[in-house]
Amino acid sequence: MDSPLLPEGAKRCSPTVFFFWTLPWLALLAWGGLSAFLCLYKALNQTNMSNVFAFALWIVFDLGVIALGAGAFFTGFLTYIIGRKELKDIINAAVIIGFICYTGALAMLGIDIGQPLRGWFIFWHANIHSMLVEVSFCITCYAMVLAIEFLPIILENRELDKIKELRLLGHNMHEIMAVFAATGTFLSFFHQGSLGGMFGVMYGRPFAARGGFYIWPWTFFLFILSAIAAGPCFTILCTKLTEFISRKKLVPEQAIQSLAKIAAWLLSLYMILKIADTLGWLYGVVPDAGQKFMDFYREGPYGVWLLVVEIIICGIIPAIILMIPKVRQQQGWLIFACLLNCTGIIFNRFVFIIVTLAIPVMPFDRFWGYLPTWQEWGVALAVIGYGVLLFSAAYRYLPVFPKERELNAVAE
Amino acid sequence: MEKEHGRGKHYKYGMVIDLDKCTGCGTCMTACAAENNVSVRSDESDKERSITWMQLYKITNGKEFPETEVSYFPRPCMHCDEDGRGGHHPSCVSVCVATATKLDHYTGIVSQVYTRCIGCRYCQAACPYHARYFNWWDGYFPKGKGLDRYLTPEVSPRMRGVVEKCSFCHHRLMRAKNQAYAEGRREIEEDEYITACTEACPVQAITFGDLNNPEHKVSQLSKSRNAFRLLEHLNTKPKVFYLSTKDWVRKLADNYLPDQFKSINKTTG
Repeated sequence: MDSPLLPEGAKRCSPTVFFFWTLPWLALLAWGGLSAFLCLYKALNQTNMSNVFAFALWIVFDLGVIALGAGAFFTGFLTYIIGRKELKDIINAAVIIGFICYTGALAMLGIDIGQPLRGWFIFWHANIHSMLVEVSFCITCYAMVLAIEFLPIILENRELDKIKELRLLGHNMHEIMAVFAATGTFLSFFHQGSLGGMFGVMYGRPFAARGGFYIWPWTFFLFILSAIAAGPCFTILCTKLTEFISRKKLVPEQAIQSLAKIAAWLLSLYMILKIADTLGWLYGVVPDAGQKFMDFYREGPYGVWLLVVEIIICGIIPAIILMIPKVRQQQGWLIFACLLNCTGIIFNRFVFIIVTLAIPVMPFDRFWGYLPTWQEWGVALAVIGYGVLLFSAAYRYLPVFPKERELNAVAE
Repeated sequence: MEKEHGRGKHYKYGMVIDLDKCTGCGTCMTACAAENNVSVRSDESDKERSITWMQLYKITNGKEFPETEVSYFPRPCMHCDEDGRGGHHPSCVSVCVATATKLDHYTGIVSQVYTRCIGCRYCQAACPYHARYFNWWDGYFPKGKGLDRYLTPEVSPRMRGVVEKCSFCHHRLMRAKNQAYAEGRREIEEDEYITACTEACPVQAITFGDLNNPEHKVSQLSKSRNAFRLLEHLNTKPKVFYLSTKDWVRKLADNYLPDQFKSINKTTG
């Protein structure tokens, strides 16, 4: 039925199978839609956020998906600026994943703020001292850059490609993609950093506060590094998942290994700096606030295990696995390490957001707990539904993986 | 000292709360809520979401009966002067995306512009005192129960989805200034501008005035050896001071490393 729209020479499932595949994700979107409606109509009392947990599940999801979406700008940087040609086989997928992550995060932020209709005040009444202003400017601009990067991929659709004007537009956009890759790199660098800066500048919260360089707290640099260490791994995971579901080889192993190797080095460097930062915090910020290390790791469920999980299990272990060529060439280990790396970054964001707010600063204050409502889960999971649907549609109708035909012809 | 600078004098309005006098009766909370049109809910038991510009924290010395002692920390907005790292904005002001909260360097009051707040709640996350409150519901003042009758016309009620906090009854400052202007005076007297909580406290535990003016009682009290502030280690420079002669109370106002706390008494309480 939709065969004229499918990429030339590519095998795709029947429209019926595709329709049934979309159903669970559409259900997630419907759940999210209902939740979003309730939050917009009845206000944010539909969530379990509170004056203690001013930031909660949505911000964790936001920061998580934005960090994972860093694969887009970083792969673009490696492909177009550094000139790693082998990554051209995976750049389209990275761009689409980035587009999904950023647009999903923006949509979620639109519901998260108490007065969504005043969202434009961020730009109109911008407070240049606020890290969140830097985040908002860069994310909005970068979402536009991602849309521009996504457009030529859409124009490669078989039917759209037949229209001369669109074909020319797409071709010319491909030619100047390096400009957008450079712009994207610049914007991403700053907003990944300022997302970290947001927490490092909370000097009233010793758990998150950090010293730093000039106006940038150390978290600024750590968030950039952790995002570019985990982003490529998320791109690998999405590609491998698509390969598993479509039962095809889509990306040459060389591109995957190249990304994995770069991620390994970045993750290792990140781990060294993260450990240094933790020690710096322990011997600087903590005693300056009149507190001891264990004061931060005795409230509720948040013990020292947070550090063990983040640094050892989800940091050092995947760094070692990815660093050894023979190990990362084995699919099982590669996927396991990428999963750990991506889990680690989400865990890091969780710690900076939820744990920071959960730990009371005033000695006579108490510890509060927080569990999200179904409305909060609905909005958060809808981003996953939206992502899977968009990626599936892109895979079905667009030549996302340039080497797909070649790789599968060899296989056959 | 009153500084002459720029367009006029610099005042530094502040508060001193004597914890040895405070009985924890909660009149300050009630007076504050009534004065400032704080919205209510039929069920106020959800303390994580109720709005209490002035919040009363009960503290105990942790000892068994009969040595148990109880005290209270009334906690308005601290109207901090700095962000903790030498930045001349309070921690909530420097983070606000839409410049909806500002420190007025002429009065020392940290304002909140409700119609500009977008409700991102970053200021709440940045404030270590939990002094900021978000409107999780639409404003509600039940009719027929008297609540609608005491609304203060000078204080704008808040819409849902914005953050609010203690303003040091800023409208009272405006009122006092208008009065002085009408009477041809440039300055307002010490007792012409006091907050609702100060006025309502039955034991006069709260003193309010200009910390820059050495003649104001608040300025003298803030220099007392019994005076301290909440979380002084964070260097946020609050304009709310507390007085207590009891070491265990003073010790609970901040986090201390072992041997870091200095007693003001020879025999500790």
